[in-house]
Amino acid sequence: MDKNLLTQIVFYFFAVLTVGSAAAVVFSRSLIRSAFALLFTFFGVAALYAFLGADFLAATQMVIYVGGILVLLLFGVMLTHKLYEVNLKSETYQLLPAVVVVLGVFGVLVTFMMRTHWHSGGQSPAVPTTAAIGELLMKDYILPFEAASILLLIALIGAAMIVRRKSE
Amino acid sequence: MIGLSHYLVISAALFSLGMMGVLTRKNAVNVLMGVELILNSANINLVAFSKFSAGNLSGQIFAVFIIVVAAAEAAVGLAIVLSMYRIIKTINLDRADTLKG
Repeated sequence: MDKNLLTQIVFYFFAVLTVGSAAAVVFSRSLIRSAFALLFTFFGVAALYAFLGADFLAATQMVIYVGGILVLLLFGVMLTHKLYEVNLKSETYQLLPAVVVVLGVFGVLVTFMMRTHWHSGGQSPAVPTTAAIGELLMKDYILPFEAASILLLIALIGAAMIVRRKSE
Repeated sequence: MIGLSHYLVISAALFSLGMMGVLTRKNAVNVLMGVELILNSANINLVAFSKFSAGNLSGQIFAVFIIVVAAAEAAVGLAIVLSMYRIIKTINLDRADTLKG
């Protein structure tokens, strides 16, 4: 089979997986189903990163989103519902106005994306980016890097403080 | 040939779906899921622009920072949800209508 065609087939597969499971996240009635559909969305996004030649980001996406944030969200689901209750439902509200607003936003976004003449400098070569990203973080982006580390520390201490039970 | 616009359309779709989740749900955890979708769509945009700008890695660096902020947001958001559940016994966002701590 033609290599180009194969690439397109795989790309569209992951595109449909991503958007379809995102739709499942939003429209599923059960919280647990939403959480597991989100797993497939994160997988799909990681695959898109791989398509874009961002190998480091694809791995990061898997580790942080699938391994961290998704587990955290599942903890949130489990800890805020009594598990023996079947009532893990989550209804949707204001469906019609929301659909109108969202379709409007989507239309505007796509229209302007299509109309804009993007200045393309050509595609990046598909080379491993991890070393280059590390070097950039330690040279050009050292201040944001340090700020991000402090932000993470503050967020984690803050989260622990918020959920801590008050000791008498 | 798969070009920049393909990725932009996927990201616009993800953004719209995330917005839909934020608008139509009253369950706080579900709203957080919508926010994660929105952050992911922004990330796809950044990485796609990075790819189509001839070796400029700034987009990927920004994506890394967005992932960091998303992790912090999820941690603090869920902590708030948990303490809200402890205080008012529900995570329906409409019931959280008092500011008394």
